[in-house]
Amino acid sequence: MLEIKNLKAKVETDEGGKDILKGLNLEVKAGEVHAIMGPNGSGKSTLASVITGREGYEVQGGEVLFEGNDLLELSPEDRARAGIFLAFQYPVEIPGVSNTNFLKTAINEIRKSRGEEAMSSVDFLKMIKEKAKFVEIEPEMLSRYVNVGFSGGEKKRNEIFQLAMLNPKLSILDETDSGLDIDALRVVANGVNKLRTKDNAFIVITHYQRLLNYIVPDHVHVMFQGKIVKSGGKELALHLEEFGYDKIDEIKEEAAV
Amino acid sequence: MEKISTENIDLKIKLVEDFNNLEVNLNGESKNNIHKIRQNAIASFEELGFPVKRMEEWKYTNLKPVLKHDFKTVFEPAKTQLKRKDLEKYLVEGLKVNLLVFINGQFNEKLSTIVTRSEKVFIGSFSEGRISYSNIVEKHFSKYADYKNRSLTALNTAFAKDGAFIYIQKGIQVAEPIHILNIADATDESIMAQPRNLFIAEEGSEVKIIEDYHSRGENYSFTNVVTEIYCAPNARLDRYKIQNDNEKAYHVGTTQVQQEKDSYFSDTTISWGGAITRNDLNAVFNGTNTECHFYGLYLLTGKQHVDNHTLADHKMPHCYSNELYKGIIDDNATGVFNGKILVREDAQKTNAYQSNGNILLSEDATIYSKPQLEIFADDVKCSHGATTGQLNKEEMFYLRARGIGKDEARILLLNAFAGDVMDSVKIDELREKLKKDLSQKLIREN
Repeated sequence: MLEIKNLKAKVETDEGGKDILKGLNLEVKAGEVHAIMGPNGSGKSTLASVITGREGYEVQGGEVLFEGNDLLELSPEDRARAGIFLAFQYPVEIPGVSNTNFLKTAINEIRKSRGEEAMSSVDFLKMIKEKAKFVEIEPEMLSRYVNVGFSGGEKKRNEIFQLAMLNPKLSILDETDSGLDIDALRVVANGVNKLRTKDNAFIVITHYQRLLNYIVPDHVHVMFQGKIVKSGGKELALHLEEFGYDKIDEIKEEAAV
Repeated sequence: MEKISTENIDLKIKLVEDFNNLEVNLNGESKNNIHKIRQNAIASFEELGFPVKRMEEWKYTNLKPVLKHDFKTVFEPAKTQLKRKDLEKYLVEGLKVNLLVFINGQFNEKLSTIVTRSEKVFIGSFSEGRISYSNIVEKHFSKYADYKNRSLTALNTAFAKDGAFIYIQKGIQVAEPIHILNIADATDESIMAQPRNLFIAEEGSEVKIIEDYHSRGENYSFTNVVTEIYCAPNARLDRYKIQNDNEKAYHVGTTQVQQEKDSYFSDTTISWGGAITRNDLNAVFNGTNTECHFYGLYLLTGKQHVDNHTLADHKMPHCYSNELYKGIIDDNATGVFNGKILVREDAQKTNAYQSNGNILLSEDATIYSKPQLEIFADDVKCSHGATTGQLNKEEMFYLRARGIGKDEARILLLNAFAGDVMDSVKIDELREKLKKDLSQKLIREN
C-alpha cells in the first residue's frame, strides 16, 4: 500500500532549512499495523507531515508511493481523497465551523472527487450516530465548533471519530496517545481496533510503549536521526521500553550486526 | 468641522444650478419650513464643497474619481422600464415584507407593496409623509443629521424630496419587516440619486428595516443617501443596510441615529459591491439605559474601496454600545474602518466595546483600521481592538488533510470568520440569503 524509499527531507527554517529525514525506508501492506517509535527530534512527525503534504517541508530525495502512485505530486486534499488520513498530534481549533458541517463538507468533497453524489442528510446523520458510539463521543460535541474548547482527550477522540467517518485506507496516528489518561487511551485504542480490517493499514507514531498494549502492532520500527535504525515485532517495543531511548546506541549497534 | 474646499468645483456648480431649477418648479412648497431648511443646506454645501483628502475624516477616501462624471441629478419621478419580475432577484426568498421601491431615489408606488395594515403605522414615501404627517416630519427632519458641518449631508438635505418615511406609533410592533429597495438605474445615462429617509419609532414600538442598494446599467451612478432614525423611549429598531452595487456605482451614505432613554438600536451594514463606498453611522445616546449595536461586514475584490466611519456618542449615563466590524479584502481592494467611541463627561457607568477584524487575501490588499476612544467620564468600562491577518495556515491544512479542496476550505473559513456578524441578523430568511450571497461571492472570486 505504502512504499517509502530512501526518503530525504528537510524542514524550512529561518536559517534556510534543516535536514530531518536522511534516507528512510518503510513498506506498509494492507491489513498491517506499524508502530514507529523513537526519541524526540528523530523525525517521526516530519515523516507524517511529508506523507500528508504539509507546507514547510522540502523533499530532497527518494520517493513515496501509495498504491503504486507518486504521492509527493499530490496536494494535501488529493492525498486525503486517495485514502490517507492523519490523526493530528495537535488538532487545530476552528472557531465558527461546526464539527458536523466540517465532516459533511469533507465527506462530500471526497465523494465528489470520486464522481459520487453528495450524501443525503438522512444517511449522514445515521452514519454520525453510528460512528459516534465507536469513540464514545457525546452527540453534543458534534454541534460544537471543531475542537474549540475541547479537552486534550476530546480532541484526540474527535480525531479518531473523523477517522471512523472518513474510512481511509491508510491512517497515521501521530502521538495520539500523548497526554491521555488510561481511560481515554482505552477509548481511542478500542476505536482504532474496531476499525482495523484486512484492507486498511495503520502507522502508529508514539513515544510510549503503553499504547501498543492496546493497539497491538505487526511491526515496530525504531527511528533515530532521520532513519529507521531497527525493525522488529511487537516485542521490540517492550525491549525499547525496558532499556529506554538512552540506550539507542546499543539498539543501533545491534541493528548493525 | 469640515474645512472649505475649492476643489471639485464643476459638479458643485452644476448641483447648485440644479437646486435653482428644483426651486423654480416647487410652486407652493417653496414657502414651507422644509424648504427653508433646504435653502440653508444648499448655502452650507456651497460653502463647504465636496470633502477632500486633506480632511482627517477623508484621509483614505478620495472622491475625485466620482466627481469627474457628468451625473444627471434625479429629483422627479421618472418612467421606468422595470417590472415587478425584474425585482425578484433582489427580494428575500420566503420573507413577507413591506416592500418600498425607489428608482434613482424616487418612490415607485406601482412596484411597492404594503402588507402591514394599521392606522398607527405609516410605511411609504417621504414625499407623501411630509404632507400627510407634516407635524411629525417637521419635528424630526434634519434635526439629527448635521447639514451645517457635513457637506454631503448638506447636499442631500438641499435635494430632500423623496425617500422612505416610516412612522410607527406608540406601542406598535410591526411584524413584517420593511424592505426598502433602492435601485440606481444608469441604463440610459449616468445619474445621481439622493434619497432621504426618516424612520421614527415612537415609545415602546418595534420594527425591523432593511435598507438595500443595487445598481444597474452601463453608466455610472452616484448615490448620496441620508437616513435619520429616531428611537423614542423604550423603542426597538433593527436596521440592515445592504449594499450590493455594481462596479460602476459610487455610494456615500450617512445614518444619524437619535436614541432616547431605554431604547434599543441595532445596525448591520453589509458591503458587497460598489466602486467607492463611504458609510457614516452615528448614534447619539440622548437618554439613560440605551443599548446600541453596530455590526459590519465588507468583502472587497478588484479595486473596490469601502470606508466605514462610525461614532457611538455616549452623552448620558448607563448606556451600552457594542461594535463589531469585519472585513475580507482581496486583490487591490482597500478597506477603511474608523470607529469612534465618545464618552462625554456625564456618561458615567458607560459600557462601550468595539472590535475590528480583517483578513487580507492578497499582497496588494489594504486596510486602514483606526479604533478611537475618547473618554471624559471616570467610571466607565470601555475596550477596543483591531486585528489584521491572513487565512490561518494550520486551519487550512487541517481542512485540506480531510479532503476538503483549497477553495472550499477557504470558503469554509471565511464564512466562519463572518459568522458572528451574520448572527447579528435576526431575520432568518435574510440571514440565509446573506450567507448565500457571501459564499457565492467567495466562489466567484476563485
